Amino acid sequence: MTSRIRVSADAPWYDLFSRGARDWLRHNQKVRQAVNERLLDLLASGDFISNPTERTVRVPVRMLEHARFRLADPQSESGAGQGEGEVGDVLRPSKPGAGDEAGKGGTGQGEFQLMLELKLDDLVDWLWEELELPDLKPKPSAPIDEDELVREGISKRGIRARLDRRLTVKEAVKRRAIQSDPVPFVDDDLRFRQLKQRPRRATNAVVMFGLDVSASMTTVERQLAKTFFFFALQGLRRQYHRVETRFIAHTTDAWEFSEKDFFEVTGSGGTMASSAFRLALGLLQENYEAAQYNAYLFYASDGENSTEDRATAGESLRALAERLNYLGYLETRAGTVRFAQTDMRSLMDTLAASGSPVGTHIVSEKKDIWQAIRQFFVQQSGQTARA
Amino acid sequence: MTTLAEYSPQLEALAQAQGLEYYTVDFELVPENFMMETAVYGLPVRMPHWSFGVRYIHHLIQRSMGNSRIFEVMFPGDPCHAYLVDSNTLPENVLVLAHVLGHADFARRNALFVRSMAMAGGRILEQAAARAHRIEEASTEYGQERVEAVLDAALSLEAHIDIHHALHRMPYAEPAAEDAAPPPADAFRERYKDLPGEAQPAPKGRELRRVGVPPHPEYDLLWFIAQYGPELEGWERDVFLAVREESFYFYPVFACQIMNEGWASYWHACLLREADFLPQDLYVSAIKAHSDVVRPFAGDRQLSLVVNPYHLGFSMWERIVEAKGIEAARRICSEDDDFGFVRNHLDAALAEKLDLFVYETASDGETKIISRDIHAIHEAILAPKFNFGAPRIAATKIELDGSLTLTHNHKDDGRGLDIARAERVLDYIARVWRRPVTLHTVDDEGAPRELSRRAPKPRASD
Repeated sequence: MTSRIRVSADAPWYDLFSRGARDWLRHNQKVRQAVNERLLDLLASGDFISNPTERTVRVPVRMLEHARFRLADPQSESGAGQGEGEVGDVLRPSKPGAGDEAGKGGTGQGEFQLMLELKLDDLVDWLWEELELPDLKPKPSAPIDEDELVREGISKRGIRARLDRRLTVKEAVKRRAIQSDPVPFVDDDLRFRQLKQRPRRATNAVVMFGLDVSASMTTVERQLAKTFFFFALQGLRRQYHRVETRFIAHTTDAWEFSEKDFFEVTGSGGTMASSAFRLALGLLQENYEAAQYNAYLFYASDGENSTEDRATAGESLRALAERLNYLGYLETRAGTVRFAQTDMRSLMDTLAASGSPVGTHIVSEKKDIWQAIRQFFVQQSGQTARA
Repeated sequence: MTTLAEYSPQLEALAQAQGLEYYTVDFELVPENFMMETAVYGLPVRMPHWSFGVRYIHHLIQRSMGNSRIFEVMFPGDPCHAYLVDSNTLPENVLVLAHVLGHADFARRNALFVRSMAMAGGRILEQAAARAHRIEEASTEYGQERVEAVLDAALSLEAHIDIHHALHRMPYAEPAAEDAAPPPADAFRERYKDLPGEAQPAPKGRELRRVGVPPHPEYDLLWFIAQYGPELEGWERDVFLAVREESFYFYPVFACQIMNEGWASYWHACLLREADFLPQDLYVSAIKAHSDVVRPFAGDRQLSLVVNPYHLGFSMWERIVEAKGIEAARRICSEDDDFGFVRNHLDAALAEKLDLFVYETASDGETKIISRDIHAIHEAILAPKFNFGAPRIAATKIELDGSLTLTHNHKDDGRGLDIARAERVLDYIARVWRRPVTLHTVDDEGAPRELSRRAPKPRASD
């Protein structure tokens, strides 16, 4: 008898197999990509601001299904089974309310959900990957505070790490071509790249956030505005190392707040937007020289301003706008239907018509916030690119 | 401690005395995780794709819930490869070894397996590893995203092959008429036939003509796309053909599952009965493992809504051998697949003995026994195996602009497609086909439905 069986038990490296895990990780990557594409819905469901210690958000996601051609679910499913019973016997009673469920999807695999833990920082990173602060110009007289090393020139001496092999060989080839009895390399062939220190102009920016906290702003509206500020701020910080921020809230009067307090501020009373604009302009004039700083203001309000303030607000806004690279106006309208044109809106529109860099966006739900961010930032940087 | 290797010569002697014929079988004891991955991928080494990761996690969860245990995975070929879990008990592995010999015998006899091996050769695992390697290389060269997009399409069409064609299939014959009629020569043509200094156009040899293709509805979709996809790059074609090759390899296992598992169970039972060299306790444990494998019901239940193929096949082979003798059984083994096997050899008496029935689950979840008629039982068992378990979808036309028309043969299938999934598959295909792809099927009411998808525009950032 010839043996046709071989048994081996030593397969130590099989333990190292992890294809399943690798492809599972790839699946998770794809889930993240998919999540990435509908980030906004996710953000709308999380409450990051009131709970800033919570740096992650857990979102339930479905596992991805690799689609195949499949027949439509039948009205009734049949199959072969095994066991005792007469024709007509009920093996499983009907489930109340299951009628709609049974017919639709969800059959087979994929019944359990996956909890994806997303770091808030990652979320903001994703959000901001494609955005840029609008119209950020290097200010010529800005303080020179950084040096950068740039490659400049070639030299015959240098440290080994900067040896340029290609140039060295070229030199050697040239030399050998004219020598009668050449040696492969001599010290003279060596070429080194040189580095040079060069000052880099900093692009300085100050971003001011202005918020109307008067009585007419509902809690929901304030929340909308703050969420917008929050993400705008997170993104700006990520994008630019040296962005200075100022926080202003106003009712009939305006105050400056620290970042922490700003996100918690509530207020009551009437609305005099001019107070905030004046404060902002004051801050700019005092602390940020126009030649050195790009200045931005993002202002959020429900659009209502006291009638007697109309003229003053217009004036102060105009004065402020001259000093700003960009003014973003976020109008919050939670749930209520209002007249299309609010006081503040017409102010902004007039300003925009006269050529000032002003953008307006209306948000009524959390999911509009991302669009607002997009509009303010992407659109503006697009315009800059075209200009 | 006694090991499997010590019993294997004796078991083998028994097997050969019983007339089992098989190519050499390489047994390997492997860790459970490797085993599970192999079961998930269908091959020990296979191309990477995220969908396998999903299956893997499902298996992992099921295992952690104690629902599934894999005793062995066996790959027919020359040599055959069988993997046993090293954490199986010795009695279990003795049983599994005997079981695998049954599979090996089956694979050597059954016509589908024989044909598959004649076309693909015996060194299946090496080939699969080589394919996986090529695809990994493509990933490095063309980027994971692109390779994944091709695999999305190819693997979703995994079951869409036409088993009646050869593994290595030639393009359609060119219609002779087109070549036969060169334009008649006249003075004008002669004069301007060649521009001075112009190179002669290369003869139209390899270029595939798309007009009149396919000449008949083509169900071998993987081959068709590989062969006729406009602008399909060489490596993409290679991916499609790689998936197709593997489907050809999997088909016999799929089409003969009841026969094959039954045959292996029959033989492991036979060999164990004769294995008087086994110590008593080991023998008893092995018999216990056998009855666990071939029992119809899980746990204590007396009813099951699935038919255990081990149990069904085992019972059928026992009866066939009893009634017609082992030679007749071997002939059936070589000539049939599950369709012929069940229709011809599962008779009313056996079905009654096994308590087989057909059930129906209404949309409200109520499940009833609706029939114990033998023909209904046959068809209920075989329905999921029809057409490799996939809907009948054929490529029916390539338009002049290169767009592709697929047609679902809803008459064969009895109803239309799951529209949402079909659209997603069309998305996969359109990305590879690079032209619009249209699919004709019917909706729930039986009214014609036309789904159309086009390839996404390449993103600016790509």
